[in-house]
Amino acid sequence: MNLVVAKTETGRALSDIFDVARDRLPGGGKVADARQQAFEIYERAGLPHRRIEDWKYTDLRVLMREVLPPAPAPDAAAVKRAGSALKPHAIAGARRLVLVDGVFAAQLSDTDDFEQGLSVRTLREVLEAGDAALQAQLLSPDSSDPMVALNSAMMTDGLVIEVADGVVLTKPLHIVHIATAAQPLAMFTRSLLKLGKTAGATLVESYIGADGVKAYQVHDSLLLTVGDGARLDHVRLIEDSREAFNICAAVVTLGAHAHFNTFGMTSGGNVSRYQAVIAVAGEHSRVETSGVNLLNGRQHADTTLFLDHAVPNGTSHEIFRAVVDDRGHSVFQGRIIVRPKAQKTDARMMTRALLLSDDAEADNKPELEIFADDVACGHGATTGALDESLLFYLRARGLSEKEAQALLIQAFVGEAIEQIASDDLRGLAISAAERWLAARS
Amino acid sequence: MAAVQETVDRVRRIDVDQYRYGFETLIESDKAPKGLSEDTVRFISAKKNEPAWMLEWRLEAYRRWLTMTEPKWARVNYPKIDYQDLYYYSAPKAKKTVSSLDEIDPEILKTYEKLGIPLREVEVLEGVVRPPEGEEGSGQRKIAVDAVFDSVSVATTFQKELKKAGVIFMPISEAIREHPELVKKYLGSVVPTSDNYFATLNSAVFSDGSFVYVPPGVRCPMELSTYFRINERNTGQFERTLIIADKGAYVSYLEGCTAPQRDENQLHAAVVELVTLDDAEIKYSTVQNWYPGNSEGVGGIYNFVTKRGDCRGNNSKISWTQVETGSAITWKYPSCILRGDNSRGEFYSVAISNGHQQVDSGTKMIHLGKNTTSRIISKGIAAGVSQNTYRGLVTAHRKATGARNFTACDSLLIGDKCGAHTVPYVEAKNSSALFEHEATTSKISEDVLFYCVQRGLTQEEAVGLVVNGFVKDVLQQLPMEFAVEAQKLISISLEGSVG
Repeated sequence: MNLVVAKTETGRALSDIFDVARDRLPGGGKVADARQQAFEIYERAGLPHRRIEDWKYTDLRVLMREVLPPAPAPDAAAVKRAGSALKPHAIAGARRLVLVDGVFAAQLSDTDDFEQGLSVRTLREVLEAGDAALQAQLLSPDSSDPMVALNSAMMTDGLVIEVADGVVLTKPLHIVHIATAAQPLAMFTRSLLKLGKTAGATLVESYIGADGVKAYQVHDSLLLTVGDGARLDHVRLIEDSREAFNICAAVVTLGAHAHFNTFGMTSGGNVSRYQAVIAVAGEHSRVETSGVNLLNGRQHADTTLFLDHAVPNGTSHEIFRAVVDDRGHSVFQGRIIVRPKAQKTDARMMTRALLLSDDAEADNKPELEIFADDVACGHGATTGALDESLLFYLRARGLSEKEAQALLIQAFVGEAIEQIASDDLRGLAISAAERWLAARS
Repeated sequence: MAAVQETVDRVRRIDVDQYRYGFETLIESDKAPKGLSEDTVRFISAKKNEPAWMLEWRLEAYRRWLTMTEPKWARVNYPKIDYQDLYYYSAPKAKKTVSSLDEIDPEILKTYEKLGIPLREVEVLEGVVRPPEGEEGSGQRKIAVDAVFDSVSVATTFQKELKKAGVIFMPISEAIREHPELVKKYLGSVVPTSDNYFATLNSAVFSDGSFVYVPPGVRCPMELSTYFRINERNTGQFERTLIIADKGAYVSYLEGCTAPQRDENQLHAAVVELVTLDDAEIKYSTVQNWYPGNSEGVGGIYNFVTKRGDCRGNNSKISWTQVETGSAITWKYPSCILRGDNSRGEFYSVAISNGHQQVDSGTKMIHLGKNTTSRIISKGIAAGVSQNTYRGLVTAHRKATGARNFTACDSLLIGDKCGAHTVPYVEAKNSSALFEHEATTSKISEDVLFYCVQRGLTQEEAVGLVVNGFVKDVLQQLPMEFAVEAQKLISISLEGSVG
């Protein structure tokens, strides 16, 4: 069936785009071969649709319809516009790394005084002249997912960051994805962060659009490797333009005694999807993942997490909150697999949705797949409206309806935000949530 | 760990191949030729003296089935089924009509006796077969049994008393002839012929099953019960059950089944349709204990069942209770369509898998009406090398304001070779829907076991105690008469693993 569907007008158009773009895409030899293979996989499958279980609630054939051609490299004017768009999202004390229209912009980035043991290169550089092992890793994501395959085929740039063993970065890394093109175009990026043994880092990712940008598409992927005893704090903030599409996939691998704390907040974009595969591959590792969707209008946001416990003594805690207003649609799919050897695993997942309007929709699919007996695994899911009695209580004390709602919403998402380990990052998330609440009232 | 190891060892030793109900009754039977074609469908229809519209209905389903493909999404693995290598109809050559149990083939009665099915037992213990007109039995609870032996109902007791109440309880093949207007109106209205692969197959070749109609305002005077038994070698059994509770009616229906031991897999694809109109209630209870295959995972029943209830009227209620202990493969999702305002759906399930069994079971609660409520309690117990999956959907549509659901699905793992999985779908499309879902997976706590053992219980008894406590919520929902048998079945199927 897929074969037939892939031969739509859009499918053909995209293969032309790929043919034209191929020569400009970085990397030859094996990289080019891998691109070709990945593109063939995508072409066979086409855009994922609701009959594919993992995409059941996010039918890109309906929501996105087509993949746009890649944006051209930004000119000086674009970089300037990106620069002004950046300002409100700047994080004091962070090392900023900026991708404008899918291309690394050195002018806007902090590329000097690298700490000892920190290496930052662009994806283009590594694909063209990097060592084979690193290239292989960059090409490793599972192409059975059509959107990952598309990303593998089309990726133009991104950041390849390596932190040496024992190095703990003092400055957070802040990767900013900015779209500036006035026409609807797409960006294809892939980044990698590799933490050596007992290394430590903080990574913040922001997705924003410059003023006046329209329905652009972000196709991003992220590879994270957390070495033995290493620790990574990670925050993603999706504040794209309200017409944008953001399709993102992450692959995270944890060594032994590693600690990964990740948080994602989606308040922007028209349609967004974040799928993360987190593999606990070393014993005694800990994962805390939390997320918040703040949606209104006709926004659609999908968070799909796959936690893979392959070894004993792993711990993972997932907390997810969705606040959905107007005709918004929030999707959470969480899957925890505890493989036969992963005894003494402690895996928990809690997802809650708050529906503020009668046309809002929240779909939750928290899955457990347990093959080991000595484990403590559980999940919970709730869906409901704001508690009338709480609203009444606050109204009785003089708050306006909106204020009362805002307070309760803040408390509701607070639980997910609180799981962020670092104070600074928590402040960042809180202010992003406040921006959404302020825009609402 | 000791208790678990002991459990695992004992399961291995005892295991399911010593299936207590593995015997076969030798009765001549009347078979359709092997394989499936339009002729088979015509043969079955002719055998049943069906009217033309019924044959047409079947043929339409058959043609539809040819265009469909077998579903693959469930977490079960089995060798490809050769649908042309099965018999689709077999009827025991019983006497033409039976007015009392005494006229039934004694072989068949003996079978039931071995199963401990209370045809006779009930007569004595519950006063069931005492003359229904007599006052002596009136104060006691009663059960009417429509026994399905292979594919044909061979005995229907209590027809008289049911008739007095106006309740129609008969094999569906008879109902097609005697109450065509009711059958035409409701058959396929809950599970359409094109619903899914196995339901469509059933629509084409179903041989028999039960038909129940409870007229308005009638509370069915007794529990209705059908015992299914797959007896003929290589015979798929395709029952079709249709239960209608008219306005303000109530009926409780019990279904239980066992099958003899054999090597080749047997296909079983039943369809059950329930309809409740305004203020009506149906309580449907199942105890399923078919042959689960031997210790190597060879043989056993494939149980692909479509069960669905439609709360068509306001304030109606459908309650499913199931105790699933048998079958090599179970693929079963008793569901409720909550169409009427203020209607209620319930699902209580115990699914036990041992040996090489694979269970993929759960429910669907589809909230369409206003102020509809549903409750799901699912207890999965996996032992041996089995796989036990709960798969459920709770959904509230845009207009289903005030929908409420509570779901709790707990899994218990016994041994480290089995798997327990939970795949819930929770979809809310309006803000007044209030859904709660919780699931846990764990093994029996060592502390609890230690506590029990310290007080003089053996490890096995202690495990048994804990498991009984674990499933108590569900067993409580079974009708009294059934609860005893269900407990028996649970202890048999977990024999060795829970004492």
